[in-house]
Amino acid sequence: MYVAVKGGERAIDNAHAWLAEERRGARDVPELTIPQIRQQMALAVNRVMAEGSLYDPDLAALAIKQARGDLIEAVFLIRAYRTTLPRFAASNPVDTAQMALDRRISATFKDLPGGQILGPTFDYTHRLLDFTLMAEGAPEAPLPGQPPVAADGDTPPHLPHVSEHLNHDGLIEPAPQGETLPPDLTRSPMELPADRALRLQAITRGDEGFILSMAYSTQRGYGRTHAFVGELRLGRVAVEVDIPELGFAVEIGEIELTECETVNQFKGSRSEAPQFTRGYGLVFGQSERKAIAMSLVDRALRWKELGEDNIGAPAQDEEFVLMHADNVQATGFLEHIKLPHYVDFQAEMELVRRLRAEAAAAEAQQHQQQPQEAAE
Amino acid sequence: MTQAPPAERQAWMARLAKASGAALARLMPDLPPHDLLRAPETGTVMVRGRIGAVGAAFNLGEMTVTRCAVRLDDGAIGHAWVQGRDKAHARRAAVIDALMQTGAAPRIRAEVLSVLEAEAEARRASRAAKAAATKVEFFTMMRGEDA
Amino acid sequence: MNAQALSGGFAEAPLQSARAFRAVMEAMARPGTLHEVTGAAPPAPLSVAAGVVLLTLCDDTTPLHLAGACDTPALRDWVAFHIGAPLVPAPEAQFALGRWADLMPVNRFAIGQPDYPDRSATLIVEMPDLRAGGARLTGPGIRTEARLTLPGVAAHQANHARFPLGFDLILTGDSRLAALPRSTRVEAE
Repeated sequence: MYVAVKGGERAIDNAHAWLAEERRGARDVPELTIPQIRQQMALAVNRVMAEGSLYDPDLAALAIKQARGDLIEAVFLIRAYRTTLPRFAASNPVDTAQMALDRRISATFKDLPGGQILGPTFDYTHRLLDFTLMAEGAPEAPLPGQPPVAADGDTPPHLPHVSEHLNHDGLIEPAPQGETLPPDLTRSPMELPADRALRLQAITRGDEGFILSMAYSTQRGYGRTHAFVGELRLGRVAVEVDIPELGFAVEIGEIELTECETVNQFKGSRSEAPQFTRGYGLVFGQSERKAIAMSLVDRALRWKELGEDNIGAPAQDEEFVLMHADNVQATGFLEHIKLPHYVDFQAEMELVRRLRAEAAAAEAQQHQQQPQEAAE
Repeated sequence: MTQAPPAERQAWMARLAKASGAALARLMPDLPPHDLLRAPETGTVMVRGRIGAVGAAFNLGEMTVTRCAVRLDDGAIGHAWVQGRDKAHARRAAVIDALMQTGAAPRIRAEVLSVLEAEAEARRASRAAKAAATKVEFFTMMRGEDA
Repeated sequence: MNAQALSGGFAEAPLQSARAFRAVMEAMARPGTLHEVTGAAPPAPLSVAAGVVLLTLCDDTTPLHLAGACDTPALRDWVAFHIGAPLVPAPEAQFALGRWADLMPVNRFAIGQPDYPDRSATLIVEMPDLRAGGARLTGPGIRTEARLTLPGVAAHQANHARFPLGFDLILTGDSRLAALPRSTRVEAE
């Protein structure tokens, strides 16, 4: 039971004032600007956009600044702001084959048409701290030369997905088709069992750490799916919307996306022939770890439709995964237990005191009986 | 007023939407008189993806968008739906959309649209060239079964 | 889409829709009370109040049914531009708009499910002679009783009997609106 409490207004105002001062930090250090955060903390911005489920880099940067770098608090701010905006329309599904690619790699096909493009990746760095980035006061360290460009450097405007090559040979399951309107988590509460479209929406905005751990658990054997990254791509796609007043579709902008498609070994089941199966991940921004983890969790949750055994692994449990993936829900429920619960706790104390008194009385009674028994 | 074919109008509306509000303001600082049929208004569009890149649709998440509709004194009507929350961007894009349906179209195309197009192409080519420079060919050193 | 469809929306959407929402909320909270609203200029035959209700409560996620005389090309275009609500047959509608006779039979409309009584339709009923007088209303939000010109008392009694299931009504005439939620008891005068 929740009991409202009153009072403390001045203390709360003072706490907020102090919070604002702490957020700003020492005045002799320049204040962070939104463009600085957006550009130089781009991956944090991407994470807040993905988990806040709202693509707007400026707003995500503002949320990070206001939340003092607490990304879950920033996601919370974005979710709250998003609810104040009217929804104008839904886009036509983005065509990731038309992505302007920054990066595109495959772990399964070394000679993939169009080539492997590494892009701006951490993959081959040595994870050594770069102290030149810390040279405060000194003029900005020059880049080790501008990034080289290829003389004939261009990427084809349309690169089909790797899985389409396997698809031609019938070695991989086809992607599910259908023109029904997908369910929308932001408008109606989650109902289980969830279809794949709803699961993907829940996972793509789910907490990166949670999705990562779930995916890792499948790799360690809790619902193993034998996943390889068939293709990972990062780049920008146009978003097209049917404009009702015009009667045709118009591209309204461009967003950065990371897409991962896994190719999973599959020996066949009672209902399905041996073939490769797929897991799918698509995430706002450059969010590579999340996209890979998403496709592993997507694949693990598909055990029922593929006729696989449920071995009781957490990542196979739709309710467990979907109901615990959202960090705003999770943190809201977790953190509420620090707010005033004095009356509830008072009742708990009364209960414990009474139980202790009863236990003590029972013990005393036993002591009285024992000497008598010994005397007999 | 001329009725442009939808494909052409789609192309310029997309160009105006993808440009930055600052770029539009630089190329077209002064706007002709116009009425607001729909004052610039910010909301969201739910972005959809496809399961497995080519399958059925799912909801990926929303993006911010600002839309606006205007009417010029000669009756030409312009619309804009542009990514982000920049109301001036949406208003300018709507006015330019309207102007593109009038006799001013050739001038606007030369002074605004072709400049935006060249800038966008330069940005795209620069990124594509950097990406191409990170293209690798992996050589097979030795296959497990050859050992 | 002709130019007429592009005018007649809110000029200052945040302020006007907030005021209109307040009016609709008050009307729902105090069934039978009349509220003046302004700001919409929808195409004929729609009243100002019905236009305001559509602009305030509907968007592309609220399927809308246009009944009878309200189902005109001009109104369809106006809805497409200003509201974006998908137009649907009666059983799929979250909102329906029309005169009472055009909305009949009202058992076509969603009344919700026991788990989700909110998944029900709101009927926007055009009533040019809307005023306080006629059927007797009692129940939540009404101190003693209220009077309202109501068509089809029996239908409202049947609707009330299904509570918590049922549809809700917003009655509109010129620039006035009133509401009749499913929780209100209705008796003929």
